[in-house]
Order: sequence, then C-alpha cells, then structure tokens
Amino acid sequence: MVAGGGASVIEVRELTRRFGQFTAVDGISFDVSEGEVFAFLGPNGAGKSTTINMLCTLAHPTAGQVTVAGFDVAARPKAVRRNIGLVFQDQTLDEQLTAQENLRFHAVLYRVPSGEVDERIARVLELVDLSDRRYDLVSEFSGGMARRLEIARALMHVPRVLFLDEPTLGLDPQTRALMWEDVLRLREESNVTVFLTTHYMDEAEYADRIAIIDHGRIVALDTPVALKAAIGADTVELGTTDDAAAIAALERAGYRVEAVAGGARVFVENGENAVAALIETAGVPVLNVHVHRPTLDDVFLHYTGREIREAHAEAIPARVRAWHGRRR
Amino acid sequence: MSSAPLPSKIADGSDTVLRDEVRTTGMVWLRELIRFERTRTRILSGLIQPVLFLVVMGYGMSGLVGTTAGFDFKKFMFPGIMAMSVVTTAIFSGMSIVWDREFGFLREMLVAPTSRASLALGKTAGGASVAAAQGTIMLVLAPLIGVHLTAVLVLEIIGLELLMAIAMTAFGVFVATHIERMEGFQVVMQMLLFPMIFLSGALFPLNSLPGWLTVLTRINPLTYAVAPLRQVVFAAQNMPAAARHRFPATVELFGHTLSIGTEIAIVVVFAGIFIALAIRGFSRTE
Ligand SMILES: Nc1ncnc2c1ncn2[C@@H]1O[C@H](COP(=O)(O)OP(=O)(O)OP(=O)(O)O)[C@@H](O)[C@H]1O
Ligand SMILES: [Mg+2]
Repeated sequence: MVAGGGASVIEVRELTRRFGQFTAVDGISFDVSEGEVFAFLGPNGAGKSTTINMLCTLAHPTAGQVTVAGFDVAARPKAVRRNIGLVFQDQTLDEQLTAQENLRFHAVLYRVPSGEVDERIARVLELVDLSDRRYDLVSEFSGGMARRLEIARALMHVPRVLFLDEPTLGLDPQTRALMWEDVLRLREESNVTVFLTTHYMDEAEYADRIAIIDHGRIVALDTPVALKAAIGADTVELGTTDDAAAIAALERAGYRVEAVAGGARVFVENGENAVAALIETAGVPVLNVHVHRPTLDDVFLHYTGREIREAHAEAIPARVRAWHGRRR
Repeated sequence: MSSAPLPSKIADGSDTVLRDEVRTTGMVWLRELIRFERTRTRILSGLIQPVLFLVVMGYGMSGLVGTTAGFDFKKFMFPGIMAMSVVTTAIFSGMSIVWDREFGFLREMLVAPTSRASLALGKTAGGASVAAAQGTIMLVLAPLIGVHLTAVLVLEIIGLELLMAIAMTAFGVFVATHIERMEGFQVVMQMLLFPMIFLSGALFPLNSLPGWLTVLTRINPLTYAVAPLRQVVFAAQNMPAAARHRFPATVELFGHTLSIGTEIAIVVVFAGIFIALAIRGFSRTE
C-alpha cells in the first residue's frame, strides 16, 4: 500500500447516469488519492447518492468508466466490494440483533478470517466508542449510536475506501464531531481513503478536497482553501468618524473600495494582515474593523446560485429514526 | 490509548471460494434462528391459529362425523394441522425478506461480496429450520388429541416437516423477491397460502371433491407433503380397517394410489424447483 497520497484509488471518467430522459449524473470525472478525505457537497437531488451507488457497484453507469482500488466496477464488482466499506444514507442494521451479532454477520459475508473476527469486533467498537454496548440490541440504540455502529461495521473488513453517504444526517452536533474524530483517526491509523457526501458546510471543511455537485455536474473541485480563495479576496469593513474622507484617502492609495452602510468596504488579499496599513491610510480615526473571509457557504452560493441551507430542509433527520416507529 | 493499526488485507481479487460461501449460508441461517428465538410472542401466536382450528373444527366435525372404531376426526386433522403450522411459518419466514427490504437490512446482504445463491440458500435453510421447529412444538398437543407418539415417529415427522418447510420457504423467498411492497404480502397470503392449505387435504379428506377441485388438489404441491405426514402418524396408531377406510390418508393420481416414496419424491422435485426460483429471484433483486 502506498502511504499518504500519490496513487489514485478512485478514478472516474465521464461517468453518466440517466433515468429515462432525466440525467442524474452528467459526465463527471475526478480522481481520489489513497488516504484522502474527499467530499461531495451538493443540494438535494444533485446526484450524490447516484454517484456513490455507481462507485460501489450498486447501480450501473449509463456511460463512462470507474475504477475503485484498481478494479473496474463493471467488470469486477465483487473485487470492488471486498475493498470498500459502505455506510448508506438510510439505516441498514438488523435491530433485532445485538451490535456484536450485526458485526459478526458482516464479518462472515466479507470473508474476515474466523480467527480474527472477535479481535476486529473489539477494535472497531473501540474506535467508535461503543465497546460497552457490544452485547446490546441495536433496537435499544439512539440514532447516533446506530450510525456509529454502521461506520464500525463498514470498517470490519479493513476497506481501502470508505464510502459514507450523509454519515451525519440526523446527528446532534456533539455526535457529529465525535464521528468526525473517528473518521479522521481512522485515516491517520489505517490510511483508509474516505469518500463522503454531505449537506453540511462545516463538515466539508474537514475534507482534503471538495467537489461541489449540482444538477449532476461537478461545478468546482479543489481544497477548501483554494475554493474560497478562488471566489475572491477577503474584505475589511472600516467604520470611521468621517467615512467619505476615509474612502477618498484609500482610493488615492490604490485600494479597491466601496461605500457600505457602516462605512468603507475594502477588498484585499489578506484581510488580517492588511488591517494596520488600512487604518493608517484612512487618515481619520477608525471606530471599528470587521474582517470577512469567504466561507464555503459563499463558495456554494457562487457556484450554484443557491444557499445550501435553503436547498436542504433540517427536517430530514426525522427519517433516520422513523424506522423505529415501524417495527414489527 | 492508541492501539495497533488494523492489519491490512491484500486484495487478491479472487471471486468465489466455496468455503466462504458455505460460511455465508451458515451465517444467514443462524440469523434466522436468533431472530426466531428472540421473538417468543411470534412462536406463541404461531400456535394459536392451529390450536383454534384443531379445537373448533376438530371438535365440531368430530361430532358430525362421529367415531369409527375409536378413531375420530380430531386425530385425522392432527397431522394436517401440524402441516398447516409448518407451511404458514415457512412462507412467513421466506417472505420476511420483504421486511428485510423495508428495514434496510436486505441491502447490507446484497452489497456483500458473496454469491446471491448463498444468501438465498441461507434464508431458505433458516426459515425451514424455524418452520420445522414450530411444527414440532405442535407435538405437545398429541396426548390431548389421543395421538400416540413413538421416538421413531417423532423423527419421521421432523424429517417430513423439514422437507415440506424447505420447499415452502424457498417458495416464500421466490415470491418475496417478486413483490416490492408490504401490501403485496397480504395479497399473497390471501390468494396463495390459504387456498393451498385448504386444497392440500390438511383439513379434510380429498376423496369426495368434484372433479375440477380434485384437479386443483393434485397440482397443489402441498397435497404431496401433507399425505406422507398423515401416513406415518396413522401407521403408528392402532387403527382398525374400518377406521382406515373411513379416514383415508393416501393420495390417488391417475387411478394409482401413490406410495409414500413417490409422494416424497414429488415434494423433493417441487423443493428443487422452488429453490432454483428463489436463487434466481434473489440474484435479480435490485
Ligand atoms: N431510481 C431512480 N429513478 C428515477 N430517478 C431517480 C432514481 N434515483 C435517483 N433519481 C433522481 O436522480 C436525481 C439525483 O438523486 P440522488 O439520490 O443521487 O440525489 P442526492 O444528491 O443524493 O440527493 P439527497 O441529498 O436528497 O440525498 C434526483 O433528481 C432523483 O429524483
Ligand atoms: Mg442522497
């Protein structure tokens, strides 16, 4: 195994999926390197799950090529499956079994050698902090615990690539943070590549690279820092005793400035480093300073013309637990 | 505390190893047993329906039909009721795939790097074990009915129940892979299961039915599964010729009385067909 970056573990070329006339995934191409955390960020219906399903051999591409862990998904689906771990958008645990029984079931289906099963169960449960729940029925788990158990299960067979479709959907902020700790630690310890989809901006920040997907196309793909840098500079807003004078002075000094409600807005490369020079240049007493860096929200808005928050309703989490209401 | 990294597995890409497939089948089978053992209420409710039939119909009909040489209708019904219990549980177990789908667990099975045949076989073996167990529990009622049990008879009954259960669980799996929603489940129960039970000879003798109904009973696989069960039970009872004549246990096909071996062979053929269909259905799912 190659340690840390370099070799591609996922290669996607012109991948397309149509449902009748409707094109859900529209000719996307990208590579993911070994050990990378790669995020698909997009609104509802963007084509995230459809893409993951094709990468995991669960759906057939209409056109295009995908290799995962060196195997073509169309030609060698079983080999691909043995090398990936999967956490679906919807829960897929057997709630009438205990945590251990769910993990054991998975271990056998994924050909974990019998002698190693117990040790691995202990190991993955420790990783997601559920060791004390090993013998409990999953029906007694909270939504967050069930989610973490699913992640643990996906790790039972030591996958090279871990696919997570909205892994934190329906989790509270603490549990989300815990889960991210799990994922990042895992990458650290086992160099597993993580491919995930998410609605949450703050979550995408954890990724090494982000692909923003909208209407089945990748509209931007880069590191979080580069994405933010690409949509523009930082802005510094100055409130002064005499805004007109300040604006005039700053413009004379060659800054790009515009007047806003609270004073002057200046566009600069690096807002924090520019503050001292700006105050000096303004020439009038400065009352307040506000530095704004572009966020991923700005990036998303820039590329899709929409706020992601309006694109996804917070009501969705109800779905994960809704399964419990429908037990036999 | 930082533990040692997980051992890395080298992907060899080899696709099918028989030993692994057998392990898979065993695991799916085990899951069915665990779930059966855990749902005691289901075991109990599985007993209620047959007992009701036995009590209500058995006693009611016994009054009507009367007793011939110490043998009454309840004793005639008893093997049929056991068969009914096995068949109902078997179809339910096979069709529990519909629930697996509803609760998402089916996906966990389907994406695994195993052959679908191993999954279908495991599901069939598990459901059949559960169904045979449920049918065997019915034996506690035997003394109440006045049916005499011997060790050999119990073994024969378990064997026949297993065969019948395998055929019907596979049938259930096959049907389940062809229905998408829960509603379909109800329809199947109403349209398939109950007619099959009523036309199998489980509840009343098949010898005085009108011609077209006779045809239906003879194409019903259950007919050939119920008859042997009744034959072995009757063989172990002290039954005078008059009673044998009054309560026939055999099936006639094209004017010949089938031997127990022929009946079993017919069920084996049906089981083989249903297993093949179940595997095919499973392989096509999603
Ligand atoms: N089986 C299907 N048949 C028809 N259309 C489908 C099917 N699956 C997905 N689609 C359509 O493809 C588009 C992409 O769906 P997909 O599930 O990939 O979106 P997503 O990005 O995962 O959205 P979400 O954030 O809601 O999970 C949607 O418009 C959806 O309606
Ligand atoms: Mg999705």
